Amino acid sequence: MCLAVPGQVLQIADDPLRTATVSFGGVTKTVSLALVPDATVGDYVMVHVGFAISRLNEEEARRTLEAYAELAAMEVKDRVEGEEQQSATGREGVKSR
Amino acid sequence: MKYVDEFRDRAVVTALAERIKQTVSRPWTIMEVCGGQTHSIVRFGLDELLPKNLTLVHGPGCPVCVTPVSLIDDAVRLARQPGVILCSFGDMLRVPGSQGDLFGAKAEGADVRIIYSPLDALELARVNPHRQVVCFAVGFETTAPPWAMAVVQAKTMGLPNFSLLVAHVLVPPAMEAILSSPQNRIQGFLAAGHVCTVMGYEDYEAIAARYRVPIVVTGFEPVDVLEGIAMVVGQLEEGRAEVENQYVRSVSREGNRQAQAVVDEVFEPSSRIWRGIGEIPRSGLRIKSAYAEFDATVRFRDVLAQYGPAAQEHPECQSGLVLQGLLKPPDCPAFGTRCTPERPLGAPMVSSEGACSAYYRYRKSGAG
Ligand code: SF4
Repeated sequence: MCLAVPGQVLQIADDPLRTATVSFGGVTKTVSLALVPDATVGDYVMVHVGFAISRLNEEEARRTLEAYAELAAMEVKDRVEGEEQQSATGREGVKSR
Repeated sequence: MKYVDEFRDRAVVTALAERIKQTVSRPWTIMEVCGGQTHSIVRFGLDELLPKNLTLVHGPGCPVCVTPVSLIDDAVRLARQPGVILCSFGDMLRVPGSQGDLFGAKAEGADVRIIYSPLDALELARVNPHRQVVCFAVGFETTAPPWAMAVVQAKTMGLPNFSLLVAHVLVPPAMEAILSSPQNRIQGFLAAGHVCTVMGYEDYEAIAARYRVPIVVTGFEPVDVLEGIAMVVGQLEEGRAEVENQYVRSVSREGNRQAQAVVDEVFEPSSRIWRGIGEIPRSGLRIKSAYAEFDATVRFRDVLAQYGPAAQEHPECQSGLVLQGLLKPPDCPAFGTRCTPERPLGAPMVSSEGACSAYYRYRKSGAG
C-alpha cells in the first residue's frame, strides 16, 4: 500500500495540481506534483498513488552509493586475503557466502 | 541514476550481510514495520543471508490487513446501494468481510471500480454527476495526503457526489501498542521509509527514548533493508537506542510539511480498531467536521445505521498474531490449505503487502 516508485519529471503543467509527466524507466505517467512544490523538470520524485511525495536528494543518493562501492570493494579484498590465508595455513578462512 | 538497480547490487548485498554477521555477537529480534519491506525480505531471501541468531519479525505495516471486518462490511453495503460507484485500490477487493468481499459484490452487479489514484476517483465523480462515488480510503500516513488532496479538490470543484469511507491508520501508535505489550520481544525496529517520507521521524525519537529501542528509518530495496538491519544491529551491540535514517535520499527529519498540512486540513486522529489486534487510541484518521459532506459515514448514515453490531473475523484466522510478529505465516494451521489467495480466511493472504501472501508467493513450501 505504501509502495512508491521513483520517476523522473519530464514536464509540468501550470494547474493547481501541478500535473506532470513523469518517466518510470521510459514508461510515462501523469502525476500530481502538488505535494512537492520545489520539484522541477529533470528531478527524480518518489510517486505514490498518483502523487509525488518527495523530491529525491541526488547528492545524498550519490554519497550513499559511493559508500556502498567502498564497502563492496573492501568485502572483495577481505575475501581474497582470507582465501590467501586459507591456502597458506590450510585452515578455514573467511567464507563470505 | 535510476534509484532502483543501484540499490539491488549483489556485491553490496553480500558485503552488508557479511558486515551484519561480523557485528552480531548475541541473539537479537528486529521487526520490520512495513509490509513492503516484508515482501522485499521474503522475495529476495534477505532473511536467509542473516546469521541464525538474528530474528526478523514481520510487523503490522499492511493497512489492508488491519482494516476491521466491520469496515469491509460497510464498504460492501455501500457498494450494493443503488446509484453508488464504489472505488477501491485493488488489494481490498478480496479481503473477506463477514458477508463476502467487494469482489463478490461486483460479481453480483455492484459497481465496484479499481482505482490507482484518488485522482481517478475524482474524475469518476466529475463524469458521473448522477451517481454517488464512494472511495474506500485505506492506507497509512503515506496515502493520507493524496486522499486529503482529493477532498480539498472536490470541495474546490463543488463536487456533491464524492465521499470517502475512511479506513486510515497511523504507525507510531501501533508501534507503541506492540512495545507496551507484555508479550513483546522486539528489540529494534526498521521504520517504514515512505511513511517517514511524509511524516518525518520526530515522533519516533520519543518512542526510541521511552522504550529504549533503536529505530532506523529504512527504504525498500534489498540494499536499503540490509543496511537498515546493519544499523539497528550496530546500535544494539553498542547499547544505543536512537533514531537513525538509512533512507536519506527520500526522508528528512521534518518530513514533507506540505503533505502534513493538507492532512491536518482534512483529517484528525481518532480511535481505531485494528483487525486481529483490537482498539488502539488515536491510531486512525477521520474527516474533520469542516469536510463532513465528504464523509461517507455521514452521507450514508441512515443506510449504515440499518445494520446490527459489527461482525467478527473468521475464528480460524491468526492474523492478529501474525500482525504483531508473534506467529510466522507458515505456522498458521490454515496456511496454504484452508487459506490461500483464491480462498482467503484473512486479509494478510490477499493484500499485496500481507505477510501470509509474501510467504505463499515466494516460499510456498512453507519453509522459513
Ligand atoms: S494464513 Fe490465512 S488464516 Fe492464517 S493468519 Fe494468514 S490470512 Fe489468517
